[in-house]
Amino acid sequence: MNQVSMVTVNNKNNANVQPEGEARLRMENVNLYYGEFHAVKDISLDISSSSITAIIGPSGCGKSSLLRLFNRMNDLIPSARIEGLVEFDGVDIYQPGIDVVELRKRVGMVFQKPNPFPMSIYDNVCFGPRRHGIRNKRALDDIVEKSLIQAALWDEVKDKLDQSGLSISGGQQQRLCIARVLAVEPEVILMDEPCSALDPIATLKIEDLMRTLSASYTIVIVTHNMQQAARVSDMTAFLMVGDDRAGMLVEYGQTSEIFTNPKNKKTEDYITGRFG
Amino acid sequence: MEIKNIKSRYLTQRVAIVILAVSALLVIIPVIGIIIYMIANGYSSLNWEFLTASPAQAGKAGGILPAILGTVYLMLGTILFALPVGIMAGVYLSEYTRANWLTRLINMAIINLAGVPSIVFGLFGLAVFVLGLNLGMSLLAASLTLAAQALAMTITTSREAIIAVPKEYREGSLAIGVSKWQTIRHIVLPQASPGILTGAILAMSRAAGETAPIIVVGAAFLVGGLPVSPFDRFMALPYHLYTVSAHIPGMPGEIKWGVALVLIAMVLFFNMLAGIVRIKARKR
Ligand SMILES: Nc1ncnc2c1ncn2[C@@H]1O[C@H](COP(=O)(O)OP(=O)(O)OP(=O)(O)O)[C@@H](O)[C@H]1O
Ligand SMILES: [Mg+2]
Repeated sequence: MNQVSMVTVNNKNNANVQPEGEARLRMENVNLYYGEFHAVKDISLDISSSSITAIIGPSGCGKSSLLRLFNRMNDLIPSARIEGLVEFDGVDIYQPGIDVVELRKRVGMVFQKPNPFPMSIYDNVCFGPRRHGIRNKRALDDIVEKSLIQAALWDEVKDKLDQSGLSISGGQQQRLCIARVLAVEPEVILMDEPCSALDPIATLKIEDLMRTLSASYTIVIVTHNMQQAARVSDMTAFLMVGDDRAGMLVEYGQTSEIFTNPKNKKTEDYITGRFG
Repeated sequence: MEIKNIKSRYLTQRVAIVILAVSALLVIIPVIGIIIYMIANGYSSLNWEFLTASPAQAGKAGGILPAILGTVYLMLGTILFALPVGIMAGVYLSEYTRANWLTRLINMAIINLAGVPSIVFGLFGLAVFVLGLNLGMSLLAASLTLAAQALAMTITTSREAIIAVPKEYREGSLAIGVSKWQTIRHIVLPQASPGILTGAILAMSRAAGETAPIIVVGAAFLVGGLPVSPFDRFMALPYHLYTVSAHIPGMPGEIKWGVALVLIAMVLFFNMLAGIVRIKARKR
């Protein structure tokens, strides 16, 4: 019990160890409930622009729940209720009058299981831009090419753009989903275990891609894979459940620091594989 | 002793299987029996004139074209009204409401709607469409009446087809800033359309066979000429079948069975179409 409150105090201190540069995304004392169940407890953290932030932690500690707070995907779950402040570019995204559709255009999301739409590769990439009103064929062609190049998929699919998005391999499908997000020109990309359904080579491709994209996008990635967090991220947030089964932020800081010199004993135990 | 026991257990099992198989066969015997009997008795009346001419001598001679056309128009009219309303209600119920007392009430209403005897729909149609809206005894009034009856089916199948669309597709669309309505319009409905269509086709083939309600709202035994306007009275196969079988003395048997055969052929055709749509969709 005591330990838990210690951790909470720690986490507040850690929240002051903020990344360089301005905060793109910010959480302040955020709580998330699913009905009676307290899933995310009192989390505060800042995420700076043009960086990759990894969220790690044992299964069920609330990583996905936390990530989905940034683009209000939890709105889809009727029982979900949130307290606290979540900001994007200094704007409280949970205040009344926020245009959630516009928010999600700027804060895109890639899911754990590749989920291309059951339509052609071309139509998959165009789906967002078309819905946002782009009709011109030339403009759409350009968007498709640019997004697929950015997603490192162009060379593999340029000759079969009219084939179904479901007909390509899992790794290609995931890059297609990334291209689909890039096509609407977001500023932030949230990724929930984007590689967990992929083989090591496809995983490395996506990691390379993330590194390239991080120059121009703010990326937040949830991962189970510690090596992946160490390889790709600039900042790492370690989450764990407390005695009350609510997920809390144990430690947040530079990835190099977290992995070489963790301040919290639990972080050290987790990254060295002693539990979790 | 023990071995003997096991043998008797095997025997019991075998007897049980035989009984189950016989019961299953019993189901298809009437279906096949009816079809064979109908073909055997009605086949001789099927010819070009029967399918393309109007009836003569109170249906004892000539053909049944007006009744065939009347039934086709009824089916189209039914689906014209029942499908759009069914889809819209299905979308609303599955996407825009959460489980509460109102949706439970609506669900109960739909279930009960499906259980209302068809003649009651006929009386409802007479009161509301024929007299209330002053549409008269007409194809239009009959289509609306059958559509009211078909609604329970089109709403239920639309809603189920919509709910069956994987959540991943919706999330993928919402997560790139596509609005909920656009997601429904461009992802959910296209994915659900085979299921929605299957329900619509089955509702249509059911409407084709309805007799009682259309008598009340405008079906006639003999109408001069083919129906040309929605406000015309009309002939329809099931009602024609009823009249030639029950009310015209000296009607040749092959004519009755011929009419029945045409009606069944139309209904089976649509049921098969529904099956094909479903199989095609599953392959995709
Ligand atoms: N829709 C929901 N309704 C109720 N409880 C939920 C819901 N979604 C998640 N939870 C609960 O919230 C807690 C955190 O779930 P979450 O999916 O965020 O964990 P996670 O860290 O992403 O786990 P994993 O690594 O397995 O993906 C879990 O205990 C989970 O059971
Ligand atoms: Mg998760």
